[in-house]
Amino acid sequence: MKLNPVLLREMRQRFRTFRTPLIVSLYLLVVGGLCLGYIYLRWRHMPGFYQPGRSRELFITLSMVQLILLAFVTPGLTSGAISAEREKQTLNVLLVTRLKPLGIVAGKMVSSCAFMVLLIVATLPLYNVILLYGGFSPGQMLGVFAFYLVTIFLFGSVGMACSAFFQRTGPSTVAAYGVVFAVMVGTILLGGFIYEVSRVPGPVPAPVPVISQLLQDLNPPVVMMRILGEGAPFGPGRDLVMPYWGIYSAFYLLVSVLLLVWSAARLKPRRAGGRTTWRQ
Amino acid sequence: MISIRGLTKRFGRTMALDGFTLEVQRGSVCGLIGPNGAGKTTAMSILATLQLPDEGDALVGGLNVVENPAGVRALTGYMPDFFGVYDGLRVWEYLDFFASAYYLPEGGRNRLIGNLLELVNLGDKGDCYVDLLSRGMKQRLALARCLVHDPEVLILDEPASGLDPRARAEVKEIIRQLGRMGKTVLISSHILPELAELCDRVAIMENGRVVVSGTVDEVTAAGSGSRLIVVEVVEGAGDLARWLAPRDGVSLAEADGRSVRVFFRGDRNEQAALLREIVAGGYAVTQFHEVRRNLEEAFMAVTGEVNGR
Ligand SMILES: Nc1ncnc2c1ncn2[C@@H]1O[C@H](COP(=O)(O)OP(=O)(O)OP(=O)(O)O)[C@@H](O)[C@H]1O
Ligand SMILES: [Mg+2]
Repeated sequence: MKLNPVLLREMRQRFRTFRTPLIVSLYLLVVGGLCLGYIYLRWRHMPGFYQPGRSRELFITLSMVQLILLAFVTPGLTSGAISAEREKQTLNVLLVTRLKPLGIVAGKMVSSCAFMVLLIVATLPLYNVILLYGGFSPGQMLGVFAFYLVTIFLFGSVGMACSAFFQRTGPSTVAAYGVVFAVMVGTILLGGFIYEVSRVPGPVPAPVPVISQLLQDLNPPVVMMRILGEGAPFGPGRDLVMPYWGIYSAFYLLVSVLLLVWSAARLKPRRAGGRTTWRQ
Repeated sequence: MISIRGLTKRFGRTMALDGFTLEVQRGSVCGLIGPNGAGKTTAMSILATLQLPDEGDALVGGLNVVENPAGVRALTGYMPDFFGVYDGLRVWEYLDFFASAYYLPEGGRNRLIGNLLELVNLGDKGDCYVDLLSRGMKQRLALARCLVHDPEVLILDEPASGLDPRARAEVKEIIRQLGRMGKTVLISSHILPELAELCDRVAIMENGRVVVSGTVDEVTAAGSGSRLIVVEVVEGAGDLARWLAPRDGVSLAEADGRSVRVFFRGDRNEQAALLREIVAGGYAVTQFHEVRRNLEEAFMAVTGEVNGR
């Protein structure tokens, strides 16, 4: 299969500069330094002492840090994908080629998210080192990585849709971070609110409302903690058709694909009045 | 090769195109002339399948731009009035990207890019970064870009805008060469005298429709119902222009320093009468003479008449 031309071009531009390898190296250095330093200290103070709980702590901290990082970086990478071409006045000539809008969107999506995936994958060896100390299973580790991929795809698509919707990169970026914040924090706040409101005071614990349960299944930090074997804030509840990770992946993958298709549709010429065209 | 009938495009309340009609023969170079806001860019971006018309048909090589945009894109090269280039990309990579965007086979691309760069006189710039090229070079690179897929039709929106006279001449020479290669070219411009030598036919448009079209001579003649007269006064040229504008037979009067350019319909007697009136109006006239018309003035006259001045 031929490589998507847009992807090839963006890769050329992105990886030509010194910046990309520098950022990856720095990131690995910091995260790796933290982990190794931590392990070193543990060994120094109690050599040969096996404490699975502690390495588990490190694992959870590392995963959380990466999730937060991902939420900060991914929308920024894609929220200019289309609007920046508009601003730089390169979009028109791209659209008159034989490239399909969906191909353009896909190429940009992959090239933008590739960087994030690269960062995450680069930390895999670190996880392996922690894995030696026990406290969690390889299955959980793979689960977390799959979770990261779904989440990167989601946040990337959110940024892409914003950049297709807004003419300028500024508003697009603000909107993308807004949506990501709503997903990261808003879902669980809303779920908690509904839970509290529906709770009847009394000795018998009331069942968790389905909406709260759904919202908790759609909250990335909660889902990740559950993959890591921690409890859920509103209790595990019963499975709604699918287990929590199934709901998370299915829902967000669907949403992401819809957002990307919609972004591509925004690139097609439309009849409706002035503002909607990409006149620059 | 290009056939446009009754094209209409509204943006809110502005009619960017209002029954725009134009025919361009295969292998001819057609100039589209009009003042700012006449609708040239709108018409061209509809032809390039970037916008949809509200009404009317546009065919390129017999293909409808609305029904078969992919076919039209394969047939046309489009150069927008404003465009940017990508950062951090070399000239040959830039062209290679567009070659791949048109799904050209990888095998012949290097030779193709070499030829194109040769054609636009950028042969020695293949390894430069595109964002570091000068404005004129970017413009020529853009010309090379619209030729990547060897289109039969070229739609060039003010390809020489913002260039110095030398660079403009270079762009013009390239376009002339394209005409010799048998391409059908639709070119818009503000630089009217230049279009005159470049184009087989010109169409003057105003307020979204073509006012006059034909060969350069025909169009120049069309505007010659009125004559251009330059009146030079000691002072008060602005006043004189305002005083002249509403008079019978005057289609346009504009002050230009100490002189006023007047488009006046009338024979020699009426000219003499006009001069008498100006002098009687208290203006100290130092010169009063008719100027030989070129395309630019014909253009002013024609568009002035449309505006009912
Ligand atoms: N996207 C848009 N939204 C709103 N109005 C528009 C849009 N595009 C064009 N117009 C309006 O349509 C009219 C024609 O514009 P167009 O750009 O086609 O003129 P033009 O002949 O190319 O002018 P110029 O010589 O300045 O390039 C103008 O009044 C312009 O304001
Ligand atoms: Mg224009």
